[in-house]
Amino acid sequence: MADTLAPLHPRRVVLGFQDTEDMIAPDLPTEPIPLNMGPSHPAMHGTVRMVLEVEGERISSADIQIGYLHRCFEKESEAATWTQVFPYTDRLNYISPMLNNVGYAMAVEKLLGVTDKIPERAQFIRVIVGEVSRISDHLTCLGASAMELGAFTVFLYALKAREWLFELLEEVCGARLTSTYLRIGGVSYDLPDGFDGKLRSILDRTRVVMQDIGKLLDRNRIFRDRMDGIGIITQADALAYGITGPVGRSTGLAYDVRKDHPYLVYDRFDFDVPVGSVGDNFDRYAVRVEEINQSMRILDQALTQIPAGPVMINDPRIALPAKTETYNSIEAMIAHFKIIMDGIRVPPGETYSYTEAGNGELGFFIVSDGTGRPWKCRVRPPCFPATAVLGKVLPGLFIADVVPTFGMINMIGGECDR
Amino acid sequence: MAQIVLDKLAAKFTGGEIVASGTELGDEWARVRRDAWVAVAAFLRDDPATKMEMFIDLTCVDRFGGGAPGASAPEAARFDVVLHLYSVSLKHRIRLYAGVPEEDPSLETLVSVWEGSNWFEREAYDLYGVRFKGHPDLRRILMYPEFVGHPLRKDYPKEKRQPLVRRDAGARD
Repeated sequence: MADTLAPLHPRRVVLGFQDTEDMIAPDLPTEPIPLNMGPSHPAMHGTVRMVLEVEGERISSADIQIGYLHRCFEKESEAATWTQVFPYTDRLNYISPMLNNVGYAMAVEKLLGVTDKIPERAQFIRVIVGEVSRISDHLTCLGASAMELGAFTVFLYALKAREWLFELLEEVCGARLTSTYLRIGGVSYDLPDGFDGKLRSILDRTRVVMQDIGKLLDRNRIFRDRMDGIGIITQADALAYGITGPVGRSTGLAYDVRKDHPYLVYDRFDFDVPVGSVGDNFDRYAVRVEEINQSMRILDQALTQIPAGPVMINDPRIALPAKTETYNSIEAMIAHFKIIMDGIRVPPGETYSYTEAGNGELGFFIVSDGTGRPWKCRVRPPCFPATAVLGKVLPGLFIADVVPTFGMINMIGGECDR
Repeated sequence: MAQIVLDKLAAKFTGGEIVASGTELGDEWARVRRDAWVAVAAFLRDDPATKMEMFIDLTCVDRFGGGAPGASAPEAARFDVVLHLYSVSLKHRIRLYAGVPEEDPSLETLVSVWEGSNWFEREAYDLYGVRFKGHPDLRRILMYPEFVGHPLRKDYPKEKRQPLVRRDAGARD
């Protein structure tokens, strides 16, 4: 079972600000005013529009409108072969594309029935690139949110560390964002030479960055005043809305797919699942900080345990033949042609597969009719319910509270709107 | 793993509300009669042996002539609303289907059971045109209000373009 994360410092909850009587003179008449935030607002990173109704500084109702980044993921996937869907998954949660690749690959492998035939080295590589992506995901969220609260230095520190991680991933797969590194049945190629040492060195430097960020924020009066006790999501709401991931765990809900339903080789690593106690913005911040540390723990263990071996499944129906074979034998060339043109034949059926992405449970509900293209490829985006709950959380807060609350939800347009 | 959930459902709903059930690739599923949709969902949430307190996902599948699990050919409906539930305390899952025919694509809303189904139902309405009866706010969510049709239906061509131009009020759908 997950360990509980003790609060870092005694909480200074600013209850006074929550009390209507203290702030608003009851005899002063106020008139509700509609206020548009977004879709092109500096704090609405990820194009979302909020139609707020405000009375003075206080929000009385909020209508969250999404869809500005809808790119027809499902419709396009239905016209692509199973392998061709990978580039589309990169663009779901575009600050941790590897985790989306992992989620999609595992869903198709579940339908193919080859989940336990994936080479062990490929599984370790998936864990490693996934955890690196998770760290970069959380760093971006923390940095961007801190910047919106005026802590620009934190943003630069966080992006500095993210840059190291992105450069490492670029060495692995050739792209910073549009990775498309995984394949059904494994990964496209092995890790580059010297990856181990580089990642360890980056982790050491990132630990220093995290300490610096902690020193700048944890006891920062401005930061704490705008985070503590603001934007509280209750555990009941988390359950009713289906909020998972750091936002769900900040409410005290100790649910982490990696721990509760271990996939890949997560059951071989020793790591903790941090949970919050109040469900406010600061809990979400603290959970993310601790998750970065836990991801580093996993990475340390994975780098030690990773075995040598192939990185692609040995199954000619799924894996492309080696290039030398393709160029020199007619059978391999036909196999290559069939997989590229017709796609991998996935037996008819439907399945729901879920992994822990940066924002929570990333689910793929895929339906196959037995051809090389998906009949349906549904993504269950983890930040979609977390964005939905804002309509319930924001009323009663101040306009200024929208910025940290929205930032800590970590809504990613590409994933929420698909 | 979650066979107990299917047993519980079979024991509680004996009037044919559960049309079919089974296990596929380790996922338990049950096909629910359309009029028992909310009752089955509420039972799964509240029963101490099932305790599906977490709403995970709601979506829709356009079968369009293809087969569907647990639906025999004559009464197979064109659309299936698919609901995924999870029990955080008991760590089991279930998938529910409800067939929705093309002539009357409607289903009771689950907002009274899980508030979070609100946006998911709006999405299913937006992309597939399934009307959720009793939904408090059934608007389009991903497409713009002026959009005509439901893009994820199989008879909506992928290459069809709809430039956003102002139409007369009320001329939607």
